[in-house]
Amino acid sequence: MAEITTLHYLVVAAALFVLGVIGVLTRRNVVIILMSIELILNAVNLNLVAFSRMWGGLHGQVFSIFIVVDAAAEAAVGLGILIAFFRNKETINVDEIDLLKW
Amino acid sequence: MSPFAAQGMTPVATPFFFYMLSGLAIIGGLLVITRRNAVYSALALIVTLLAVSGLYLMLYAPFVAGVQIIVYAGGIMVLFLFVIMLVNLERTVKERQFNRMWPVGLLAACALLALFLSVYEKGKGLFERSAYLNENFNTQNTQTIGVMLYGEAHRIGPYTFAFEIASLLLLVAILGAVIMAKKRI
Repeated sequence: MAEITTLHYLVVAAALFVLGVIGVLTRRNVVIILMSIELILNAVNLNLVAFSRMWGGLHGQVFSIFIVVDAAAEAAVGLGILIAFFRNKETINVDEIDLLKW
Repeated sequence: MSPFAAQGMTPVATPFFFYMLSGLAIIGGLLVITRRNAVYSALALIVTLLAVSGLYLMLYAPFVAGVQIIVYAGGIMVLFLFVIMLVNLERTVKERQFNRMWPVGLLAACALLALFLSVYEKGKGLFERSAYLNENFNTQNTQTIGVMLYGEAHRIGPYTFAFEIASLLLLVAILGAVIMAKKRI
């Protein structure tokens, strides 16, 4: 088999990213939408680490650590909002969240 | 000739492992967005995260792989499972799982995939340059990342300020999560 180049990792990351986008755009369950966002952030991390390997530096890896920090903050706040919403409306479906809809 | 062959070592980063790990990651991602029960989605997401961490090891990023396992699989996914336990409804499993506009979403995502693939097809030559591997890339990975984040003896590293800002971000996120999830403040 041929040698694995950066392009292979980029294609895997693109596949993960698109799976995450499909999850965000089509699912109704808010928990699964948040998990799809984690998939997207993982794809970004994979790209950063692959490019960091390609250029031989470590800046991409440091950036990927910052993205992990962002993912943790986003998950905590998102799930907090979800719990507050569930307490008020007894639902976790996004298309039933229409309080601000005119 | 690869640097490993010179030392008489067999490289771990073989194509077989790459295809196995990326297949696992993509199958896990597919399961995440198709399962009815959110608990199964969370378990599939853990499989994906572990496979991606294996890919980091193949890219000679052992510190990032460790962070991925500890923070994602150990921290964020436990948070997700707890919230699923708190908000799990019997009726959500029986309901429609996809919203009414799902064909449009699927189409948009496919267009995005086509865009990515056409960019990679055009820029093939750029991305196919062989990986550059300096000597201490593997053995001093964690140390070098630590120096970049914290700095050495008498000077701060290039990312020290960003690191402190990140800690502030986490503090704000913790406060926000607690305030929003609490019944009475």
